[in-house]
Amino acid sequence: MMFKIAKYIIFDILKSKVLLAYTLLLAIICTSIFMADADVTKGLVSITTVMLIIVPLVSIVYATTYYFNAYEFTELLVSQPISRLHILMGKYIGISTSILLAFVLGVCVPIAVFAFSTTGLTMMATGALLTLSFISLAFWASTITRDKAKGIGLALMIWFYFAIIFDGLVLLFLFLFGDYPLEKAMIAIISLNPIDLARILILLQLDISALMGYTGALYQQFFGSGLGIAFSLILQLLWIVIPMILALKIFKKKDL
Amino acid sequence: MEELIKISNLKKSFGKLNVLKGLNCSFNGGRVVSILGPNASGKTTLIKSILGMVIPDSGEIFFKGSPVVNTYQYKENIGYMPQIGRYPDHMQIGQLLKMMQDIRKKHSGLDESLIAAFQLQSMFNKAMHTLSGGTRQKVSAALACLFNPDVLILDEPTAGLDPLAAEILKEKIQEQKAKGKLILITSHIMSEVDEIADEVMYLFEGQVKFFMPLSQIKSSTGEEKLGKALTKILAS
Repeated sequence: MMFKIAKYIIFDILKSKVLLAYTLLLAIICTSIFMADADVTKGLVSITTVMLIIVPLVSIVYATTYYFNAYEFTELLVSQPISRLHILMGKYIGISTSILLAFVLGVCVPIAVFAFSTTGLTMMATGALLTLSFISLAFWASTITRDKAKGIGLALMIWFYFAIIFDGLVLLFLFLFGDYPLEKAMIAIISLNPIDLARILILLQLDISALMGYTGALYQQFFGSGLGIAFSLILQLLWIVIPMILALKIFKKKDL
Repeated sequence: MEELIKISNLKKSFGKLNVLKGLNCSFNGGRVVSILGPNASGKTTLIKSILGMVIPDSGEIFFKGSPVVNTYQYKENIGYMPQIGRYPDHMQIGQLLKMMQDIRKKHSGLDESLIAAFQLQSMFNKAMHTLSGGTRQKVSAALACLFNPDVLILDEPTAGLDPLAAEILKEKIQEQKAKGKLILITSHIMSEVDEIADEVMYLFEGQVKFFMPLSQIKSSTGEEKLGKALTKILAS
């Protein structure tokens, strides 16, 4: 039943032009960066910077907007013999499949063409996980609010917090407690932000962590190890699962 | 006739606003019951609770004897026509009907008489967002009856329909009633209630003020018209 609902949502989304625009935007950015610079590693760094801003933003805003635009459809489904769990999961599968498709065409394909390597694969995987976690956060934001304006507002605040404010807070923290050894604490703090997790994983693959000094070496030691990679992958998965579980709990009790 | 829906001590509040305050009632098959009441008396909340769209704070709803709050299987036996039917914009009428059959996993034994009566086939390729309010109402009505449900819940069914279509729908309601089905209707048009309802349930401030057959309302007040009879009862 989940997949049936997902199927109809995917058909519906593919008919709209917003997702096509997103795919083209990503594809143009990636291809032009690779074309402009012969150095593939530099290209990957540039793409990482762009990707870590745009992918979470579009994922969370698009998913929230779609959730509210299809609100009447949700009402219709709830009045039918379908469990609420299946309705919300069906929506999640439908929306995330569509956005992931855009990500695959816009980012994965150019990377596979121009820079197929372990680093490239890491970028594809972390980008996909990042997409999924921000769609989860979008579902949480959509179920906890009642109207579209508040929902999109909250979605933008979540993105703003993880993409910009969080780093500011981390810098402040480093500045205030600079006299103490913070390297281990930093690893814990980074786990609290899916964007930072993705960034670290990619940057370490790029072998430029030497530029990051002692802290970078520590990250390399931790995140570069098999255990560290497993740790960050599990955390990224938690960033997908936990917001979605919260959204499901809210949705089960929600009045439509 | 068997008892289809029973509601016991149903309570629901939205924030500080108590909408349903311990509502009790039961509905039997083979009747057309009209739910009346002033605005904000809890009509829509009651309907939405029966449909599982609103989750009650306490109390229980029984469908054919079994408790159904927080379950969904029983909705197979309910057809719902919302006040304003809104459907996915890009979908066409034909696709919508197909999708609902797909979701309900029911492809045979369908009641397509309303689709024919409203001549919807000729519009199967039209996208939902291009339709007028009245046509959308026709689609909603056809969809509510499509799966031969035991209970029909119609929220302001004739509000946007043209007179001819309203007449077709009224005939359909009578036919369904004759088959032993329960039809719950909310309406503000007294002449219409007068014409099709067998019983009137009057809600006031989240409780049932009275629930009696139309004939009894009229005989007890000596009025011929339902509107006047209601005014008399409520004044006394």
